[in-house]
Amino acid sequence: MNLLPWSIYLTMAGALLALAGGRRSAGTARWIALLTAAGTWILTLLAATRFVPGPGLQTLVDVPWIPAMGVRYHLAVDGISLTLLVLTGLASTAGVLFSWNIEERTGEFFALFLTLVAGVYGVFLSADALLFFVFYEIAIVPKYFLIAAWGSTNREYGAMKLALYSFAGSAMVLAGLLWVYACGGAHGFSFGQLTHAAATLSRPGQIVVFALVFFGFATLAGLFPLHTWAPTGHVAAPTGASMLLAGVVMKLGAYGCLRVALPLSPVAFAYWQTPIAWLAVTGIVYAGLVALMEQDLKFVIGYSSVSHMGFVMLGLAAANPRAVSGAVLQMFSHGVIAGLLFAVVGRMVYDRTHTRQLGDLRRMKLYRLVPFATTMFVIAGVASMGLPGFSGFPAELTILIGTWTAAPLWAAVATVGVLIAAAFTLRAIQLGFFGSTGPSSASATDGPGLHAGSAPHLSPITWPEKAGALLLVGATVVVGLKPDLLLDWINPALQSPLLQAVLKGGAP
Amino acid sequence: MNALPLLSLIIFVPWAGAVLLACLPRLGAPASRALALGFSLSTLALTLAALGSFDPATTGYQFVERHDWIRALHVHYHLGLDGLSLLLVLLTGLLSPLCLLASWRTVAEARFFGLLFLLLQGAALGVFLALDFFHWFIFWELSLIPAYFLIRLWGGPGAARAGYQFVIYTIGGSAFLLLGFAAIFAATGSLDFVELSSLGATGALGGKLASLGGIWPQAVFLGVFLGFAVKVPLFPFHTWLPATYAEAPTGVSMFLTGVMSKMGVYGFIRVLWPLFPGPLHAAAGPLLWFALGGVVLGAFAAMRQTDLKRMIAYSSVNHLSYCLLALFAVSVATGSSRPASEAAAAALSGTLLQVFNHGISAAALFYCAGVLESRAGGRRGLNDFGGVRSAAPVFAGLCGIALFASLGLPGLNGFVGEFLIFRGVWGLAPWAAAVACLGLFATAWFLLTFWQRVFHGPRAGAAAGPFADLSGLDFAVLVPLVALMFLLGVLPHLLTGLFNPLITSWANHLVLP
Repeated sequence: MNLLPWSIYLTMAGALLALAGGRRSAGTARWIALLTAAGTWILTLLAATRFVPGPGLQTLVDVPWIPAMGVRYHLAVDGISLTLLVLTGLASTAGVLFSWNIEERTGEFFALFLTLVAGVYGVFLSADALLFFVFYEIAIVPKYFLIAAWGSTNREYGAMKLALYSFAGSAMVLAGLLWVYACGGAHGFSFGQLTHAAATLSRPGQIVVFALVFFGFATLAGLFPLHTWAPTGHVAAPTGASMLLAGVVMKLGAYGCLRVALPLSPVAFAYWQTPIAWLAVTGIVYAGLVALMEQDLKFVIGYSSVSHMGFVMLGLAAANPRAVSGAVLQMFSHGVIAGLLFAVVGRMVYDRTHTRQLGDLRRMKLYRLVPFATTMFVIAGVASMGLPGFSGFPAELTILIGTWTAAPLWAAVATVGVLIAAAFTLRAIQLGFFGSTGPSSASATDGPGLHAGSAPHLSPITWPEKAGALLLVGATVVVGLKPDLLLDWINPALQSPLLQAVLKGGAP
Repeated sequence: MNALPLLSLIIFVPWAGAVLLACLPRLGAPASRALALGFSLSTLALTLAALGSFDPATTGYQFVERHDWIRALHVHYHLGLDGLSLLLVLLTGLLSPLCLLASWRTVAEARFFGLLFLLLQGAALGVFLALDFFHWFIFWELSLIPAYFLIRLWGGPGAARAGYQFVIYTIGGSAFLLLGFAAIFAATGSLDFVELSSLGATGALGGKLASLGGIWPQAVFLGVFLGFAVKVPLFPFHTWLPATYAEAPTGVSMFLTGVMSKMGVYGFIRVLWPLFPGPLHAAAGPLLWFALGGVVLGAFAAMRQTDLKRMIAYSSVNHLSYCLLALFAVSVATGSSRPASEAAAAALSGTLLQVFNHGISAAALFYCAGVLESRAGGRRGLNDFGGVRSAAPVFAGLCGIALFASLGLPGLNGFVGEFLIFRGVWGLAPWAAAVACLGLFATAWFLLTFWQRVFHGPRAGAAAGPFADLSGLDFAVLVPLVALMFLLGVLPHLLTGLFNPLITSWANHLVLP
């Protein structure tokens, strides 16, 4: 029984229902959205329990779609896509919970939200490059509307920049794919067929095609210097959308790099490997330094996302099974942690204080006003620093081990990035939530005065916020302590012949 | 394998206490304090239970627990206890309840304080008992988080800056430690300290790393080295320490210097030395100068301090540098032709004694500085006091004993450790012992200055007015510490008996791969 394709159909149906329900009341639309997202997530988990890890994609549906071009409606799953499907279910459920306070055109909001999610599910399930591309576009379009209509700071600018970057990236991908299809004489768009076709091109041709496809996807993954859409887009987006954006949409890009671009041409990859790795490492360090200087808390997190996605790209560039398994683990981990960070800052803090400037927040000493939000931000921050016990640690450790095997210098520079991540995260925790101790504060024997002073009243944290936050914290801790849960799916998938042609070093 | 997972209990009972405190948000302050103290005492009780069936003659690990954990990284949940870890667990068990007692009255939000403190205690115990890098590193790094908040929320006016500096320095070291272990795993496929130590002893580890070529084998050593050097701290990586120790609340300073600084020394002995005997031997000559820098400059820096807590902080740099001095001296002599095992055994057992003794005397001194500070309304300058002896004779007596123990007076605990270290280092690297004598001299100078300015002379400064002598609570903290100073000064074999066979076996195998 193939459950997984239903994740796409159910979410699409949920989007339509939410649109209809929104005409009756906002509450109906919310509940429809929550039931859809949570139900789909449970569906992916059910499918995961029946999943037998193995090399290669396991076909779920395969019917002809456009026979003239050999395009097929081919859905399939392996350990990598399953990991990301579970992440999508989790991130979308949490995203709905953190969008509970959307009062304006609620039905339309959730309809777009769920359409985006359906597109994401589709991308992760596609085994045909053209189908992949179609779902990819379905995921990109609602992003624009979500930000432009429900966003905050500078939303028109952020939405437009994000949309233009995304479309430019996907245009590159499409051009590359069509080039391979046309010039290589392929009879279809399955990944294997494209690889075959690409091999018939001349070496310079392969190098250009690979660059088109890889950097097209890498734009969405936030690879330096194509990342500039990410911080502005994240900041402008409404909380639920930022969570999806950082949590899963950036993963679409990285997944595209891994699934479509890497196997396309081992020859061209060998040419591009070093430049890609250096761009990734530069991104890790550069974005970390920017985050260290930012005054807007949401920008800090936006840049930290770019820095963390740099680790994903570094893992892919290192191109051995260990590093790539770490990269996939990091995709999951970052999806959960960035989601939680955006949730705390966007929903729990900004919606109550109406400011994200560290200079303003440090005067509020939020730890006295919203202890739950503070606890969650500290946990997410600690996880985001890559401290052990949370999912970021096994991911970064695995990437570092794999990268070291490929080139020690990349790993060494990336380690500097780990240190910078600790610095900017701690700075954000300290300034954003604990304020600064002025010289007026009393002696060492003084307590923290958790309930002292007359503070502005902030509305208490609501149940959807608590539920969403605890879901995400639970996920990061479980994966942090038992990364085998995911690695047991991921590692066999890396043994597929298509990936083995690019990845060196056999089994991890 | 034991029926009862004793070591897991030692680590996780404090954490269970922390969880319990977290689940009882309405608990009053007295009940929170009592609960935290009870859970904190569990370590001592469980360690004494372990002591009963601990066999000092065995040099391997005892009470071993080993279970599969993460197959993809060959990680096992692996705990074990030998003489070295037993010593440190015992120290943690002794000091932790006293640190909580030291914070009994003065700390607001007792529940939250106790919660963080128990987290910190459990993490420190985990570091001393874990034998697989993966969860060892979990404990190592997670100890920073409660420590940061304890400093940040209850510390002095500069605590925000000091806490930030403390965490960033330490994570800076740990990041390179992590990279080093990533490289080790890439080369060997193992993260288990026991397996890696045997690879290190045969030279197989060095051989595997050498295949990297270029500067990378040295870089791996350097990464692991940095992680520990910052933690101890070894001169010149100590600059985070004085501010942190001075700004932290007294009870936390006691724990930081008493237990957390030992995590670094433990790392040197447990990890760096067995894994990298060759590179450490090659680097030990210059490293001796770093350790001497800590011994001598730390003492001279302490002499120049007017803030009592900063003075004690610098004296900690000085005392811990003796431990590293001995270890590096042993490493210099490793593989040399002349038989040096007797001197090496003396140096190593001196190191372990010093670890324990410094924990006791530095904790006592920080507590004394805290007593002075609380009586003087937050002032703790060297010049803010005078004639305290006539105002508070009992306090003066106990503090004097702690000062002299720290100075190394024979009959008190500090003497035995330092004597053995000097005895060992004379035999291994005589010139280093000669230079280190400068440090002894300066230590005596500043500790006597402390004693004289604060306790003697006419009553002045904060002691000019009414100055209360020790309360019952103060006795509860200081008397056990002072009693231990006497006990271990007279009967050091109570401790050395626990680890002597281990030391002897180390000292007899000083060969380079």
